[in-house]
Amino acid sequence: MSENTPVATYETLYQQLQEVVNRLEAGTLPLEESLHLYEQGVQLAAACQHLLDTAELRIEQLQVGMGEPAD
Amino acid sequence: MYILTVTEMNTYLRELLDAEPVLSDVWVEGEISNFKRHTSGHCYFSLKEGDAVLNAVMWKSYALRLGDLPRNGDAVLAHGRVSFYEVGGKLQLYVDTLRAAGVGFLHAQFEELKQRLDTEGLFDLSRKRALPLLPRRVGIVTSGKGAALQDMLTVLARRCPLVEVLISPCLVQGEQAPGSIVAALHTLYATDVDLIIVARGGGSLEDLWAFNAEEVARTIFASSIPVITGIGHETDTTIADYVADLRAPTPSAAAELAVPEQAELRLSLAALRQQLNTAFAINIDTRRRELAAAHDRLRHYNPAIRLPHARQQVDDLLRRAEAQLQYGLTLRQTQLQGLQAQLSALSPQATLERGYAVVRQATNGTVVTQSTQVGSGETLVITLRSGKLVADVVELQAEESA
Repeated sequence: MSENTPVATYETLYQQLQEVVNRLEAGTLPLEESLHLYEQGVQLAAACQHLLDTAELRIEQLQVGMGEPAD
Repeated sequence: MYILTVTEMNTYLRELLDAEPVLSDVWVEGEISNFKRHTSGHCYFSLKEGDAVLNAVMWKSYALRLGDLPRNGDAVLAHGRVSFYEVGGKLQLYVDTLRAAGVGFLHAQFEELKQRLDTEGLFDLSRKRALPLLPRRVGIVTSGKGAALQDMLTVLARRCPLVEVLISPCLVQGEQAPGSIVAALHTLYATDVDLIIVARGGGSLEDLWAFNAEEVARTIFASSIPVITGIGHETDTTIADYVADLRAPTPSAAAELAVPEQAELRLSLAALRQQLNTAFAINIDTRRRELAAAHDRLRHYNPAIRLPHARQQVDDLLRRAEAQLQYGLTLRQTQLQGLQAQLSALSPQATLERGYAVVRQATNGTVVTQSTQVGSGETLVITLRSGKLVADVVELQAEESA
């Protein structure tokens, strides 16, 4: 439901970032993996930031059967 | 059959009317006529409908609450009690509230519907749903042309441009408005919006009337999606407001309540970003400490460091071996001395010391132990404790038999 909206995208990225942080905080990772996770986290955070910075309200208007007379 | 005085009759009529509950709390709709405001401030008038006339009086204390004094010909809705005025012999409506009939009637309708739906449970707080913290798509039911829509879009764009908006336009006033609002709601119910705003800009009570329609209330009640209302101004409350999950005082306020400030998202993102850095730093630090610990262990096993230790072990062993050897030597020396002592005890020297002598044949050194070994005249060497004698055998004597 509303999977392709900016908010849904943001939430997916944010959740992924949370998972990355959780895994890093669990803290029993090989160095290479924690480096990899960190890079991934930095990219996810940047993607979230980008979404917030560039967001513009998307407006769509529906046609309703008993709507107003078109004038 | 009774015979009554006029006073008794009028008193009886008054008491009869006063005991009737319907007459003590009643709305009467009619047209104002013969309106007179006495210098005392009390107002006297009649309510008329065709040929039917009802006398009415409104005491000063109630009349002062009226904004504008009614004029003859105004259609009104008057509230009060009906009683019998004994002095004038008149039946009168004692008015405490006077409303223009249109509005007053609507108000009475409103109260009736509100009461009924409330009893049915349409306004129960227990069924008010929480709004999504961050809606993905917000549906808006309002006029496509009103300033209210623009106000809401401005608020949404300012607060949280990340959300999507789906506008479901409808009529917001007039006879067709309730049906139009219901249709617009149903259109949104078929979409994937996760929050609906039902809004209308300010207007008169009649202008907002569509939002008091029962069908609108029931359609909102049936929604599976949370609904916020923002209808009219602060002071206006419609039936739709009572049914909605959340009532906002105005359309703009509804938009404010619909979405969080994007700044809040920025804050939580910044916090999570910081958490990422900290978690990574801790990870690296842990690895660093593990490395240091491993390095320490490695040093422990380093032969360069272990060699002096081994050397010391060898030295220790050597020292122990030496000591062992020394001990063995000392032991043997002691044993030797013992043996020497034993030996010297057994040597002929000791015998010689005691005065004995050893006799050997001069020719071959054979020790002479019996006389038959030697011949007469043979040379013998006699060893004494000190010095030797060389002697010739003068006579042989055989061993005396015992």
